[in-house]
Amino acid sequence: MNERVVNTLIAGEAGQGLQTLGGLFARILVRAGYRIVVTQSYMSRIRGGHNTFAVRASAGKIHAPDERVDLLLCLDAPSIAIHREEMREGGVIVADRADAEGAGDGEGLFAVPFDELPGGIVRGTVALGVLCALLGLDRAEAAETVAHAFEKKKGAEVAQANREAFYAGFDRGAARGGGALSLPAAPGGTNRLVMNGNQAIALGAASAGVRFCSFYPMTPATSVPLTLIGMAERAGIVVEQAEDEIAAVNMAIGASFAGATAMTATSGGGFALMQEGVSLAGATETPLVVVVAQRPGPATGLPTRTEQADLDFVLYAGHGEFPRAIWAPGTVEQCFHLARRAVESAERWQGPMFLLTDQFLADSLRAVEPFDIERLPAVRVGADPASVETPYERYRVTGDGVSPRLTPGAGGHIVVADSDEHTADGHLTENLEARVLQHGKRLRKGQGIRAEAAPPELIGDERPELFIVCWGSTRGAAVEAAETISASGTPAAVMHFSQVWPLVAEAFLPALEAAPRAVCVEGNAAGQFAGLVRRETGFAFGERINRYDGLPITPGFILRGLGHGDA
Amino acid sequence: MVTPEDFGSHETAWCPGCGNFQLLEGVKNGLAAAGIAPREVLFVSGIGQAAKAPHYLDVNVFDGLHGRALPAATGAKLADPRLEVIVESGDGCCYGEGGNHFLAAIRRNIGITMIVHDNQIYGLTKGQASPTSAEGLVTKAQPGGVTSERFDPLSIAIAMHANFVARSFSGMPDHLARVVAEAVRHPGFALVDVLQPCVSFNRINTFAWYKKRVYELGGDHDPSDREAAAARAREWGDRIPVGVFFRGDRAPFEQRVPVLRDGPLVGREHDTAALARIMDGFR
Repeated sequence: MNERVVNTLIAGEAGQGLQTLGGLFARILVRAGYRIVVTQSYMSRIRGGHNTFAVRASAGKIHAPDERVDLLLCLDAPSIAIHREEMREGGVIVADRADAEGAGDGEGLFAVPFDELPGGIVRGTVALGVLCALLGLDRAEAAETVAHAFEKKKGAEVAQANREAFYAGFDRGAARGGGALSLPAAPGGTNRLVMNGNQAIALGAASAGVRFCSFYPMTPATSVPLTLIGMAERAGIVVEQAEDEIAAVNMAIGASFAGATAMTATSGGGFALMQEGVSLAGATETPLVVVVAQRPGPATGLPTRTEQADLDFVLYAGHGEFPRAIWAPGTVEQCFHLARRAVESAERWQGPMFLLTDQFLADSLRAVEPFDIERLPAVRVGADPASVETPYERYRVTGDGVSPRLTPGAGGHIVVADSDEHTADGHLTENLEARVLQHGKRLRKGQGIRAEAAPPELIGDERPELFIVCWGSTRGAAVEAAETISASGTPAAVMHFSQVWPLVAEAFLPALEAAPRAVCVEGNAAGQFAGLVRRETGFAFGERINRYDGLPITPGFILRGLGHGDA
Repeated sequence: MVTPEDFGSHETAWCPGCGNFQLLEGVKNGLAAAGIAPREVLFVSGIGQAAKAPHYLDVNVFDGLHGRALPAATGAKLADPRLEVIVESGDGCCYGEGGNHFLAAIRRNIGITMIVHDNQIYGLTKGQASPTSAEGLVTKAQPGGVTSERFDPLSIAIAMHANFVARSFSGMPDHLARVVAEAVRHPGFALVDVLQPCVSFNRINTFAWYKKRVYELGGDHDPSDREAAAARAREWGDRIPVGVFFRGDRAPFEQRVPVLRDGPLVGREHDTAALARIMDGFR
């Protein structure tokens, strides 16, 4: 990559408006045509502590977060000391003059008297102006984005005050000059959306026809239902905060049974409470999409950090045997498309389907090309009542295992579902022959799910000497690590699984076996995906790179793990 | 016209003499009296002998998990408010395992009628104490007698302003049918706690025990008077009142969900233009 990439880190306490400021900064960059990767790191508290919002920006394609910082904005004094070590050569630290006192005068320290500048009362906006000037962004365009955001939420007066504050900061920054930090002009693409993984999941699910979402708040999943709530009245979606996760999953199942395409979203601990419900969706063959946004466990773990350690959990969730599919999006675009896919699959195969994401991707804003949303169809719910045989049998035994699903009252038919083993008409039975017929019918759906499974994506050199194998949100870091290695002379490629179950060996094993070196990179300690690949294919990875300190996997982390030195 | 026979007749898995039989008839008669056809009803149940009841009716059924009938029923009601949604299950299922959902359903005032077979014992698992078992009741699992205080569903429901609170007794089939008919007609959340003997495991709260104590609330009781309802609900001992204790006028939850003013979620048109505008908001 020849294009300049600038990594800006905004650091401060919770309660200082870090997210608002960071989100606005991200929006300004995307409006100006840049690509971004946002990484949010925050503590599990409402005020105080130490939080960061990193925005990596480039005119060209970028995929992953960066550990080194080019431009650091410190909203409090401790941030200077905490992040100074991370600065790249030629980087600039922006801090309030009062905070910068005693921090030593290094060349890279730019002390700004935030409170003394006109409009200093909104010091975050002043600081934003400084950042934009140092990056060489267009003064008027950026100010317009700021004013527009405030006007929408707080009216014209507040918008004007913020515009002035932005200009004051910008002019101060421009007077100093950004030097090496200036971003080159971005070639178009100013129509892109600014969206994080959870927002894309919500929008994708809505575009597939989701009508109902029940949830119990849990970081980092909550922004999925919150996004749906934001669009609920316009899109015709009911979102209900349940009394607990058990209620959330059962409500979604009840809504789906009655004919509203339904989903729920949670994280590991909440998903633990949903287990029996997952099994119920399997037994009653009720379409259900569950989003599991991972964070480090066990138990409450690190509530606001990231990890990929719930793969085994989701794979084996629920008692008894029933088919399922698990998708693990690697990008914000995949969050949208795989949410659609999960909704479609749940309806087609009538059972629980899973989207496995994590805190890093959930909170990672990116510049995304608009989706062709006006042409994307919603799923059809249930069978045509006129097409079913009478007397209607909800669980008629069929070749592919899929029985005609009707919703109660449709076509005047009666619909009976039971979590007990049941006969074809849905009534509970202890007839063991009926049990074998029904269990076989349910499991046969697994063959169809398997036939539709997406193969892994191969990115990079066609005949790699090194395969970096990964799944879910690790995709971006693996892509950039492979690019660096290829550029240094060793052909490298990434094998990324956006669907981690079912795994179809024929789709990837030959390629994997052909590479002299294959390393499995994942955000857990035990190597769960490597273990799953071995179980399903017999292929044993000779090397694994695992991260479990709560931080997202970066290209640098992978390169160090490969013995490639630092990036 | 709807008749009790429209709800069918089926062989059951219940013990001879069980109060469940009278309850089943009471529900059929009550629904017929309310003019609700089998196809308009969705019964949601949990697990236990009582939870099997919907299988013996020709109606739509979702027989889910132990304790979780109310959330599943809530989801179904929100998906399609046109359905007459009835939860029918036992005291262990509704007040024990599902206690939190009972409280939440009352708070929401979701338009569901909850009919509880209250026999003060766990029957299906062969005779352990239930939340409504009397203190001191000796069972195999509580050999020294139940040491926790009896859960009082009516007092709780009235304290939390449940929209319709009633009690009946399986030994009073006409009364039961009347109360069920009134409960399903009343908007919002309706509780019908039905006393019934368990002939196999509860040797104390027998048919005769109830028969001696149960009396009907008379014309002097005003169901709009919450304080009076609360006082009557506390009456439990030598005399046990049955009837409609409280009738409120809170608007049902599903009528207060703005999205549902445009009709049920089921069968709703997919508005891609609206979604495109929503997507534009991310610019």
